[in-house]
Amino acid sequence: MNDNFPILILLFLVAAVVVLAFLALTVFFGPKRPNPDKGLPFECGTVGVGDARAPFPIKYYLAGIIFAVFDVELAFLYPWAVAFRDLRLVGFVSMMIFLAILAVGLYYAVRRGVFEWK
Amino acid sequence: MYSSTDIIGILPEFLLVITAILVLILDLLDKRGETAGVVPLSLVGFIGAGIVSAFLWDRGGYAFYDMVVADNFTTVFRVLLCFIGAITVLVSPAYLRYRDIRLGEYHPLLIIAVFGMMVMVSAADLLLFFLGVETLSIALYVLACLDRRDSRSTEAALKYLILGAFSTAFLLYGVALLYAVTGFTSYAGIMENLRETTPDPLAVAGIGFLLIGFAFKVAAVPFHFWSPDVYQGAPTPITAFMSVGPKAAAFVALIRVFGIALDGTADVWMDALAIVAALTMTLGNVVALRQQNIKRMLAYSSIAHAGYLLVGIVAGGQRAFAALSFYLVAYALMNLGAFTVAMLVNRRGDGDYQLEDYKGAGFAHPLLGATMAIFMFSLAGIPPTAGFFGKLYLFSAAVEKGYVLLVVIAVLNSALAAYYYLRILGYMYMARPERELKPVPRLGAYTFTLILTSAIILFIGALPAGMLNLLFAALP
Repeated sequence: MNDNFPILILLFLVAAVVVLAFLALTVFFGPKRPNPDKGLPFECGTVGVGDARAPFPIKYYLAGIIFAVFDVELAFLYPWAVAFRDLRLVGFVSMMIFLAILAVGLYYAVRRGVFEWK
Repeated sequence: MYSSTDIIGILPEFLLVITAILVLILDLLDKRGETAGVVPLSLVGFIGAGIVSAFLWDRGGYAFYDMVVADNFTTVFRVLLCFIGAITVLVSPAYLRYRDIRLGEYHPLLIIAVFGMMVMVSAADLLLFFLGVETLSIALYVLACLDRRDSRSTEAALKYLILGAFSTAFLLYGVALLYAVTGFTSYAGIMENLRETTPDPLAVAGIGFLLIGFAFKVAAVPFHFWSPDVYQGAPTPITAFMSVGPKAAAFVALIRVFGIALDGTADVWMDALAIVAALTMTLGNVVALRQQNIKRMLAYSSIAHAGYLLVGIVAGGQRAFAALSFYLVAYALMNLGAFTVAMLVNRRGDGDYQLEDYKGAGFAHPLLGATMAIFMFSLAGIPPTAGFFGKLYLFSAAVEKGYVLLVVIAVLNSALAAYYYLRILGYMYMARPERELKPVPRLGAYTFTLILTSAIILFIGALPAGMLNLLFAALP
């Protein structure tokens, strides 16, 4: 029929087989030492059952999301640094614009008191 | 360095980003977040970006390594999107203050959402389009939940986030598969390399995924489930905004991607899209008949309108695309107007937007009644309004291409839809109020919005040919 058709089938097959295989492997070979706490759904350390609208400290979440933003920024800076010479001035200016926008975001976060740990 | 075509090509978007940053900084200056300057600054940003966009008529072109296309078609929709943004800014502040939502958080997000939509319409590459979709979506998820004391608003945002992320995966997978087959993500590259009427199965799968992604974004059946709940729960100005803006941006991309770039493979997706269009308008209208909540009713009505709009993509060709663009403009005006009326009639704290509230409102509030009549006539497609000519042009373009059955379904649907649109007018003018009407605030911004939108609807309705010729001239 077509050259790429087997590849398409393969994509779906591999996805299905990998998922099913991992599920089957854990069922058959995984050690089973159940206890009541383990049976609870994991929810980042809070109790999993109850009113979802309970208040909880949001500081950690804010610090976490700002960490994620700057972590991604760093991951973006590495390939830019490697290709710095080839990208020339366009690359430099584009990256400076990107960093400037992020800096505004950081300034906003600082002024809003995200890092004041009270 | 950047060439001047690059800079000119993205000037309106650039202006919006600058405005968003300025509004953000302005908000920092006031601890209470009630900085009055936020609203005029946002308004100036939208109007400025709109004027700069209009100035780019016949002056733009491809920019940034053919990633951005600033042709006249882009120009028309950039202006429309800036208009939608400006109207949303006009009708928001009173509502936001009433619901105690922070203006300084709302406005930058709104500007970024419009920025995302402008990237969607000016993209000439599936990857850039995807970035626009994401920018828009992330801003909208947050905007939907800004009324955070209302659990419906939170629910709406969560549903939108989960289903939106789900649909984005489909969109991205479709892009990846098309790239695998053609070696391009640009519209032009895909068009060059995908001309066979029976393409590669991999390409068929890619087109299918892309179609599903688009269907989610325009809320077409069977991927519409998110929209009524999200529309009902989100703050009303945001509901108005997201019922028109993202739909216009997604349909422009649909024209560029399916109408033009994938036109060679039309045999693959045409039937599926025609069935989706028929189902979308039928389900939207039938379910809207039974709604008692005006926001839900308008949500189902907007699903039905997505169905009519899809007829334009199915029909294809310059005439159909011009008609589709015409309909998008008319739809944006009448829906923004109808939601503005809904904001005024139902300003009660608990957020129930019952149709009952409209009983007797027509005589009590003459301006609201008169403009609502224009919006409802236009939505139902009754002359002499823009909505009538939108339907007329769209359906006649489809008949010309031989899609008679689809048009028959569409016309039957329009007749059905007239019932629930005119029912509101019946309530407003022929029913007695069951309880005392709430006082409607007299605010200049709302009055201005109502008069402006209804005047443009009537103006386009009076001189539809001029508008259509303008859109014809703009087509890529």
